[in-house]
Amino acid sequence: MTTTDDRAATTAGTEVDGDKSYQGRFRIWRGDATAGDLVDFEVEVNEGEVVLDVIHRVQATQAGDLAVRWNCKAGKCGSCSAEINGKPRLMCMTRMDTFERDDTITVTPMRTFPVIRDLVTDVSFNYEKAKEVHAFTPPEGLQPGDYRMQQVDVERGQEFRKCIECFMCQDICHVIRDHEDNKPAFAGPRLFIRYAELDMHPYDTVDRRDKLVKEEGLGFCNITKCCTEVCPEHIKITDNAIIPMKERVVDRRYDPLAFLFKRRKDYQSESSPGEG
Amino acid sequence: MTTGPTTDGEYRSIAGTETSVEAHEYDVVVIGAGGAGLRAAIAAHDAGARTAIVCKSLLGKAHTVMAEGGIAAAMANLWPEDGWKVHFRDTMRGGKLLNHWRMAQLHAQEAPDRVWELEAWGALFDRTKDGKISQRDFGGHRYARLAHVGDRTGLEMIRTLQQRAVALGIDVFMECTITALLTDGDQSTGQQRMAGAFGYWRETGKFVSFRAPSVVLATGGIGKSFKVTSNSWEYSGDGHALALTAGASLVNMEFVQFHPTGMVWPPSVRGILVTESVRGDGGILKNSDGERFMFGYIPEFFKAETADSEEEADRWYEDKKNNRRPPELLPRDEVARAINSEVKAGRGSPHGGVFLDIASRRSAEYITKRLPSMYHQFKELAGVDITAEPMEVGPTCHYVMGGVEVDADTAESRVSGLYAAGEVAGGMHGANRLGGNSLSDLLVFGRRAGDAAAAYASSLGDGVPAADQAQVEAATTAALAPFLIGGGENPYAIHHELQESMNDLVGIIRTAEEMQAALDKVAELRDRATRLTVVGDRPYNPGWHLALDIPNMLLVSECIAMAALERTESRGGHTRDDFPATDKEWGTINLIISLGEDGSAGITRQPLPVMPDELKSIFDEEGSRS
Repeated sequence: MTTTDDRAATTAGTEVDGDKSYQGRFRIWRGDATAGDLVDFEVEVNEGEVVLDVIHRVQATQAGDLAVRWNCKAGKCGSCSAEINGKPRLMCMTRMDTFERDDTITVTPMRTFPVIRDLVTDVSFNYEKAKEVHAFTPPEGLQPGDYRMQQVDVERGQEFRKCIECFMCQDICHVIRDHEDNKPAFAGPRLFIRYAELDMHPYDTVDRRDKLVKEEGLGFCNITKCCTEVCPEHIKITDNAIIPMKERVVDRRYDPLAFLFKRRKDYQSESSPGEG
Repeated sequence: MTTGPTTDGEYRSIAGTETSVEAHEYDVVVIGAGGAGLRAAIAAHDAGARTAIVCKSLLGKAHTVMAEGGIAAAMANLWPEDGWKVHFRDTMRGGKLLNHWRMAQLHAQEAPDRVWELEAWGALFDRTKDGKISQRDFGGHRYARLAHVGDRTGLEMIRTLQQRAVALGIDVFMECTITALLTDGDQSTGQQRMAGAFGYWRETGKFVSFRAPSVVLATGGIGKSFKVTSNSWEYSGDGHALALTAGASLVNMEFVQFHPTGMVWPPSVRGILVTESVRGDGGILKNSDGERFMFGYIPEFFKAETADSEEEADRWYEDKKNNRRPPELLPRDEVARAINSEVKAGRGSPHGGVFLDIASRRSAEYITKRLPSMYHQFKELAGVDITAEPMEVGPTCHYVMGGVEVDADTAESRVSGLYAAGEVAGGMHGANRLGGNSLSDLLVFGRRAGDAAAAYASSLGDGVPAADQAQVEAATTAALAPFLIGGGENPYAIHHELQESMNDLVGIIRTAEEMQAALDKVAELRDRATRLTVVGDRPYNPGWHLALDIPNMLLVSECIAMAALERTESRGGHTRDDFPATDKEWGTINLIISLGEDGSAGITRQPLPVMPDELKSIFDEEGSRS
């Protein structure tokens, strides 16, 4: 069996001295869809580690079946989303030195999605909503290789395509966080930036505004910006996607919040991609 | 927890009571949902095949997402002098001429169309001033050639393909792991054909089988057998192992690419990739004396095309016609070895790497614009501001050039109906892959594999091969074995020992003694791995998942060590301390590994496919010009 000491040698090298390593206290939610509870663990923490390193050490030395979803461990794939002390975080990008050594760190699964096991949730909601999006549709006759776009025009969409689909914006969104009944009629921030990206694509030809309001629930959003705050890619979800989209749908539908914002910023002066 | 007292011979908890197998039927099953898998599935679907994608992770999380620099394609958007012949030549020279010439040719010819196609599916690449797709410089490429989106090109590529696959309505089996391929016929006669695949759902732990005449392996690489690696947990060599077990062969397994620049500090992030774009965009390597040391490591093979002064190197970024490439942009094998030598000579950085400096060479605005992910990665994980101070970097296991031996045009293996594309396939990159050639490889050969898989399935008519029930039963028994054994080995411990051994013994610099030691260690671990024990039940149990990945990791590790021992020369991603020279004879030989009747791996030498004269002349022209 691997001991705690062996693992320390693996992850931290032999240079690590006593000062740089300590026993951390973790409370990790364990259970499944039927029941579960917080379980206490005492586990070694080494210099420079992130929460996911410590979760892995628990797995390797104390609870071999502790379920956790992860892939890249570099903040690029968005798999290891969980709630750390109640806040949505990527476990791989949460450094242990942001906590005090005697803090007890609580790790729980994302609350908005059904639990599968331990820290792993069923995020199929997001994949189902993605299927509803009418895909990018270029003008007929435009041949691959003939696309000409200016950097400034692709950058607006590129901001949203930075999304790593960690679904933490969906997790924190109060429209669905504690309102399961809203889910069928609400796509959530992750999908709103997808709609915005397509709307801002210089060559897209489809108008998705009606669908966005009627079927995807853009109007439910009352711009509390929780999604923007948790985005690990620092995408300005509310300011750059949701509010502009609310303004864009005002033409045909009245949304009081969008009406206010429309007065603040003259979005219409910019060209409307997809219609040019 | 439901684990009770354990007794050998009796399944614990629910593990043994549930052996039902959910059955599906398709024309083409694609295993893996990275760039190659998604592109293959799209091609198969477009060709009219009933197609399924089966992947270990959620859709969009595959390793392609981590690719940073770009997609190499000779679109000639910035340098009209570029074209497929130059790209072909660069690729072959980067691979030390051991590449399968036909794969390198198809790759160079078709890559531009594959990139433009992504754009027509919604990808938003960075632009040139005249609105075309921008292209960036990279190691070993004569001209700026990599289509890119900042330093998150892989994310753009996987999202584009993912969204395309979803729009087409292709069935995706997410978090579903394939543990066995099913065949008909007799393996010993070499007449077997693909009949399907068997696996389990990670969420429930329940079994699933696919009946399909065509299976495309797109499972990526093998990096998780090494301790310091840029690869994610998925890279356990599943496709390599599945192919071998089904009767296919592997080629070039000795060639493992150590990317020169991985993070070295803090310890927990050691190995995470630092994109080559840092050097492509002007970054330089320095040792602890502040010396730009790469000028001391220019090999004879690349002397004619590499700058020999800092002044010339710096001029090259703006004027490629009158200056030669900086030595920092030599192919990855050269740079990795140089860094290794500097550290060994005592000129390393405080944490055992060297310095990668872009801060003193480009403006903060330029850096954060061109390299946003690198900026955040260092800021958040290491507390380093790369616009103000140098990074510490060192080699990390990144890519395996070796893989399933396939037909260049169809990507078909020796087994009828079994295809391989992307990193799991071998031959394309020879002894060393150039940066940027992976993403283009995924697209070019993913599409070819999907097309060929669909065509083969359709050619069979009603004569679709079927696997006998015994294979499914054997796969079920093997998958449940770790629940059967009590008090055995911890899979995490076995994995850890394997990673340590491969890192220490089969790294950048190799010797016969070390290869033998690695083979001995793998044999020991394989014996111990017959007694793996897992705790808990079947639903989403990572310990069990790892236990089922370990035999694959052990098998590919054995193949790598075995081939590395056999090749008594140094070339590309294979450097032998006891045979430091490149040997002309070995330049005509591929090492092929397949399993014998007793299931043990055996190695044979096979002549390298001979390049036709009209392609050889490309090298002559280049030679006379320089």
